[in-house]
Amino acid sequence: MIQNNPIGRLIAHIILIIGIVIVAFPIYYTFVASTQSLQEILRPPLSLLPGSHFWENYSAALFGGVGRIGGVGVDRLLFNTIVMALAIAVGKIVISILSAYAIVFFRFPGRMVFFWLIFITLMLPVEVRILPTYKVMVDLGLIDTYTGLTLPLMASATATLLFRQFFMTIPGELVEAARVDGAGPWRFFKDILLPLSKTNIAALFVILFIYGWTQYLWPLLMTNRNDMTTIVIGLRKMISFADADTEWHLVMVTCILAIVPPILVVVLMQRWFVRGLVETEK
Amino acid sequence: MANVELTNVRKVYANSVEAVKGVNIAIEDGALCVLVGPSGCGKSTLLRMIAGLESITDGTVKIENTVVNNLGPAERDIAMVFQNYALYPHMKVYDNMAYGLRNRGMPKDQIDKRVREAAQILELTHLLERRPRELSGGQRQRVAMGRAIVRNPKVFLFDEPLSNLDAKLRGQMRVEIKNLQRQLGVTSVYVTHDQLEAMTLADTLVVMNGGSVEQIGAPLDVYEKPASTFVASFIGAPPMNLVHVTAGKTGLILKDGTHIGAEGLSVPASGAVIGFRPEDLEVAAGDERHAGGLQLDLKVLGVEPVGAESYVYGIVGGERVVVRVAGRSPSKTDDHLRVIIPKQKLHLFDADGKRISPS
Repeated sequence: MIQNNPIGRLIAHIILIIGIVIVAFPIYYTFVASTQSLQEILRPPLSLLPGSHFWENYSAALFGGVGRIGGVGVDRLLFNTIVMALAIAVGKIVISILSAYAIVFFRFPGRMVFFWLIFITLMLPVEVRILPTYKVMVDLGLIDTYTGLTLPLMASATATLLFRQFFMTIPGELVEAARVDGAGPWRFFKDILLPLSKTNIAALFVILFIYGWTQYLWPLLMTNRNDMTTIVIGLRKMISFADADTEWHLVMVTCILAIVPPILVVVLMQRWFVRGLVETEK
Repeated sequence: MANVELTNVRKVYANSVEAVKGVNIAIEDGALCVLVGPSGCGKSTLLRMIAGLESITDGTVKIENTVVNNLGPAERDIAMVFQNYALYPHMKVYDNMAYGLRNRGMPKDQIDKRVREAAQILELTHLLERRPRELSGGQRQRVAMGRAIVRNPKVFLFDEPLSNLDAKLRGQMRVEIKNLQRQLGVTSVYVTHDQLEAMTLADTLVVMNGGSVEQIGAPLDVYEKPASTFVASFIGAPPMNLVHVTAGKTGLILKDGTHIGAEGLSVPASGAVIGFRPEDLEVAAGDERHAGGLQLDLKVLGVEPVGAESYVYGIVGGERVVVRVAGRSPSKTDDHLRVIIPKQKLHLFDADGKRISPS
């Protein structure tokens, strides 16, 4: 599919550039808005170049407290969201790698039953089981806690299946060689399985971090206090239906701050992420 | 160093397939025992039972006079070389070799000493910092061997270790394995389906078929006195020629009804199989009769010159035979060839394929 036809190349580039502009322009425009004062934003047309209120807006949002969310600073929201996204990503990976390990490498009664149970939960995402789960969380007194925010989202059939597929490609001889070498189940897991799963774990971490970061419905239900909510919910709360009531410059700042951590995770882990998706180290 | 003793070892799988049917083998201390047979004959299962990777349904496995039936692979003090090497892909060669020692809690300096010694023997010293993926097939094979020898085990187990190498390298590694085994003097069990490998490596050759042992013996004894038609056709390349005969009034009758002279050979009433190695045949010059040898008329199907010798493929009494001729053969397709089997080179088997001795 590589062509050296100059016209073909030109067309390809134009299409790519249009695509990039379509994706990137709104983000750029949000950034521009986040550097303007509220008056400048409310008085159209909005300039296409960044304004002069960068420090002012960002420090106000991060450390000053935002009025519409009860004076809580965006820094607190960012912290909450990072805790939630990290806990979900790490928790899901730990639980699913262990359950996949059990299902693939051990023969125990009811193995297939458990496998199918996990498989069936694929059909039950948070949205479907949200009311019973909410009731359980209320009864356990977990509203407005990090546990309540993260625990119900941790069990993951998808990740378990992914690890299961990967583990099944590990040759039986490797397992036997480890047994002959005197590696028990735990040693085998730690010394051989984990290092071999590195790229898979990295790829999964990126996907799950973003999954956790963008959760909307569950934190909306689980948090009442403004200082326990996530940035996505905070953002929503900042916007009032009455235009004049909304501090648009701070909303724009929060928008930018909300997309920075996921971008950082993707950029920093990109190399691992791509490797995890395309190749298996064998 | 230890002897290995298998007594009535059986393996029945959950689906009631009997993979190994009561095998008895005694391997002396320091000997190299080769299990050979076609695929599915149970040789690998047997090896894995000695290793402890497969449970033993019945019978006992003894290593150094201790029953090891209920010990795990790590407790049996064995080392195994796998067909696909089974090196840990994420570890350097050094760590691959050191891993088993570390798991045994050996002090670091001792591990280092042993790994370097093993690497020296196998000429791996310059590769210690590489990862398996950066090595060639032969080098990986060596690392797998290294992983086995650093452990200094009682028994080496080899599971078709050379089958992933190309023919030239295989020949080279075969010699190396043999020398190494002699040098270290460790009792070894070696599984292969390659009869050439089996013949050249073995102190004791065990020919297996359908889960049972067909014959145990020194390689040349097995070659010269195969216990059954199965062994006769499995050991040797090209294999022994087998021709079915029945006793007639004046001589022998071949499968297609051709009569030949018995030359004093007595055949059971139920029929028999005569066997002869391709290299033991003599080609008769003219129509002269030879005393003391069975004469067969061969219709040539084709000639395969391989350089130093030629294989003449032919048909006798409806059955295919091969004759090995030194140098080049003047025969052409559809020629008729008279061949003589000297009586002392003749093998006689009964109708069930068991050797009738003495022949």
